[in-house]
Amino acid sequence: MKCRRCRGPAVIDVRRHNAAFCGECFVEHCNEQVRRAIDRFGMLGRGERVLVAVSGGKDSLMAWDVLSSLGYRVDGLYVGLGIEGYSEESARYARRFAARHGLELLERDLPSDYGYDIPEGSRAGRRAPCSACGLSKRHVFNAVALDHGYDALATGHNLDDEAAVLLGNVLRWEEGYLGRQYPLLPAAEGFVRKIKPLVRLGERETAAYCVIRGIDYILEECPMAAGNRHLGYKELLNDLEASSPGTKAMFLFGFLERAHGRFEDEAEDERKELRPCAGCGAPTPAEVCAFCRLRMQAGALVPVELQRTGE
Amino acid sequence: MKIFLRNPEREVEMAGPLSVHDLLARLEINPETVLVIRGDTLAAKDATLADDDVVEIRRVLSGGTGGTTP
Repeated sequence: MKCRRCRGPAVIDVRRHNAAFCGECFVEHCNEQVRRAIDRFGMLGRGERVLVAVSGGKDSLMAWDVLSSLGYRVDGLYVGLGIEGYSEESARYARRFAARHGLELLERDLPSDYGYDIPEGSRAGRRAPCSACGLSKRHVFNAVALDHGYDALATGHNLDDEAAVLLGNVLRWEEGYLGRQYPLLPAAEGFVRKIKPLVRLGERETAAYCVIRGIDYILEECPMAAGNRHLGYKELLNDLEASSPGTKAMFLFGFLERAHGRFEDEAEDERKELRPCAGCGAPTPAEVCAFCRLRMQAGALVPVELQRTGE
Repeated sequence: MKIFLRNPEREVEMAGPLSVHDLLARLEINPETVLVIRGDTLAAKDATLADDDVVEIRRVLSGGTGGTTP
């Protein structure tokens, strides 16, 4: 195979583009895809400060790397989840990347800063571990980004992530979630702007980018994610992609261009019901937000504290 | 050739020469879900792997995005 651009020997093929690339041209291709996503969805303006949620995995480290190389002012945020044997290891990858590239990494730790870890939160809150984790990270990412005055919070969600989430939301007709599934969520009262600059890149491309750029990322899967529904959806979509390249992109971008608008009213209705949490002030449809409830269930926040912080 | 696979970690031996495409077909692995790495370098699907190559087949799927919320 030859590189589509320079005709040199290719190292990676991207079947949905019917193309192959050498290492150097592939990095250029990835930068262009991120630039196109930023422009198409109006994610960032010139000179804006961005906080990237970094897990130590391939996607978030790539997002950090590409946004930095495109000239944005980007810091990282790592949230320790207290998952034994995994969280410390993933933190090392995030710290090593930051040190090697002279970038600033902020850190928060669920056990020491918020009084619980994901195994305990999952047990006490009777939630799947990935649900407790997602809820916790979304809250902390948003809070830290607002506290530090960042213009946007970037996550490493890629095309495969978004297509799998879309499939899950469609299978259950989660209208509110469908209305909020978009690569850009504008800032609103209590919410920082959220962007997904890797939405035009598949998971195989983000991994290939890291190998080519020499970015070390954690290869072990989170032990608590094994067998979750999201991974099952990815496998299904990859089976379709193998026989019909481009299926995932058509599914996701077809939704974004032709169907997303039909669900915006549901999302807007849900937004109108939000009010400040009595515990932390974050927007919530209930008196106490899901994050504070989880902390209470895990014994990390007592109602007395809740009243005091809510005053 | 020696082939290392991850999640779960295991090692298999296979005789070369063999193309990346044929290697994945023999192991019944969907090419969309992995990268094939020889040494430190990606190997394209038409690359020929030699008998003395050491190859990693790296799964690229990662899970857990907090349920179905965007």
